[in-house]
Amino acid sequence: MSAPSQLHLERLAYKRSRARRSTVVALLSTVVFAAAAWLTITNAPGWPRVQESFFDWEAAKKSFPALLDGLWLNVRVLVVCGILILVIGLGIAALRTLRGPVWFPLRALATAYVDLFRGLPLIICLYLIGFGLPGLRLGGIPNDPVVLGSIALVLVYSAYVAEVFRAGIESIHPSQLASARSLGLTHAQTMRIVVMPQAVRRVLPPLLNDFVAFQKDCGLISVLGAVDAVRAAQIESATSYNFTPYVVAGLLFVLLAVPSSRLADWASRRAARRQNAGGPGA
Amino acid sequence: MRGMRAVTALFAVVLVVVAGCAPVEEQGPAAEGPATAGAGDCAKAALKTRTPGKFTFGTDQPVYEPWFSGDDPSNGKGFESAVAYAVAGKLGYAKAEVDWVRVPFNAAIQPGPKSFDANLNEFSITDDRRKAVDFSTPYYDVTQAVVAFKSSPAAKATTVAALKEFKLGAQVGTTSYDAAAKQVQPTQQVAVYNNNDDAKQALRNNQVQAIVVDLATAFYITSAELTDAVIVGQLPASGGKAEQFGIVLDKGSSLTRCVSAAVDALRADGTLAQAEKQWLAEAGKAPKLT
Repeated sequence: MSAPSQLHLERLAYKRSRARRSTVVALLSTVVFAAAAWLTITNAPGWPRVQESFFDWEAAKKSFPALLDGLWLNVRVLVVCGILILVIGLGIAALRTLRGPVWFPLRALATAYVDLFRGLPLIICLYLIGFGLPGLRLGGIPNDPVVLGSIALVLVYSAYVAEVFRAGIESIHPSQLASARSLGLTHAQTMRIVVMPQAVRRVLPPLLNDFVAFQKDCGLISVLGAVDAVRAAQIESATSYNFTPYVVAGLLFVLLAVPSSRLADWASRRAARRQNAGGPGA
Repeated sequence: MRGMRAVTALFAVVLVVVAGCAPVEEQGPAAEGPATAGAGDCAKAALKTRTPGKFTFGTDQPVYEPWFSGDDPSNGKGFESAVAYAVAGKLGYAKAEVDWVRVPFNAAIQPGPKSFDANLNEFSITDDRRKAVDFSTPYYDVTQAVVAFKSSPAAKATTVAALKEFKLGAQVGTTSYDAAAKQVQPTQQVAVYNNNDDAKQALRNNQVQAIVVDLATAFYITSAELTDAVIVGQLPASGGKAEQFGIVLDKGSSLTRCVSAAVDALRADGTLAQAEKQWLAEAGKAPKLT
């Protein structure tokens, strides 16, 4: 190794100066943007009232315990329903991908299920299940709005998730199925050993995306009487006509979504890496 | 120095944008001192309504009996519709000069410009709420009442304490909810519904054993909608302070004084009492919870 030439040193110094300059320019333009946005908002004639309505520290502190209580309900519903949705969604996707005329009734049923619950607005499904089912006054039907709301959530979201799984299953090249079958694997074995591991890996990013959407939708069970974080914010906001509790609830939901979003990023990066493993550029 | 030029250009653009978002003209401060509806600075010609020559009332959609009738605020039927037209009348507006807009609850209380001059929708006056909106002087003294089915054990309660053990329901954003949660303080969390229709459905399904509504609504529910239900009783006023309905106006509205003057005049000449008699049932007939 000979010492770097004078020319090389100059080149490095130039590169460093360019990098420094880029940083300064980026910093400057960010500051200008931030200052302008801040000035525009705080100089607006309605700003004092908006500040009072949406960013009132006292109101935020006062509403916080109630919001946390509500959020705890969201988290419990999220976990329980999340697991049920995965299982049921996978089951329906498996039914939809069954081949052969014998399975037609099951295929048709699964297709009808997906069509119905993907098309039905969640809020209407919530009302039908939440107020309709107990209205029948049959024995054994739960009366708790959280249970009823969770049933409606699972029905609707498993239809979405089934379609995500199905897309994954159908994305596996037919040659893989053909080779698996030619090795003597049954259809069930082929699905379990060859298709599913690849399909699930492929749909992990869209699944996590649905999960983040579900984090926010699970609060809709509040229309049935349960008090989730958003409903708690609504109650707090109505006592003072102040919107700050909504902002606080919004921040709590963002905090809840950040880990899922990072997980989704990580999963898609890993999927991409594995997809291209051994290929060019790996 | 291309980068620096770009920053300068950016700065110029930002300045233009800031100037473009220049403040909108605000109304001047409201006049002080006593007001007389329909005269002086409260004369029709002096009122700065949204549409000159018209008075625009806001209310939610749907609206409920007995406050309105048939979800049509413009028919003059129902207590609040009657009060609205009486207030407009005092200010010099004929029936045809009154407009109605339908405004959801949150839109009525948000800090931005309002789509109405005044809003009637059973808004209870509280000091907290006064920080966000203007209220007229009160036009109705309200009490909260508990409704349950005759067959329910909740219907047997004669004291507030006896209600603690039951699952209660109420509409979100109402003082009925506050009464249920803070006065009764039940052992189970109060179920909260988007509106009284949902609360009534939950009562029918036995998802809640009793609901809390204002007394006039309670009379309507038990006489016209759930005829198997009864008014268990009226809740005592919280903190010994009577709860009152007021007309909601934009914070700092120049109309508040005049609307208040009109409400005061209607109380003085007996119009409010007359409307109560016509549209709302007698409060004395419901038992009081102790």
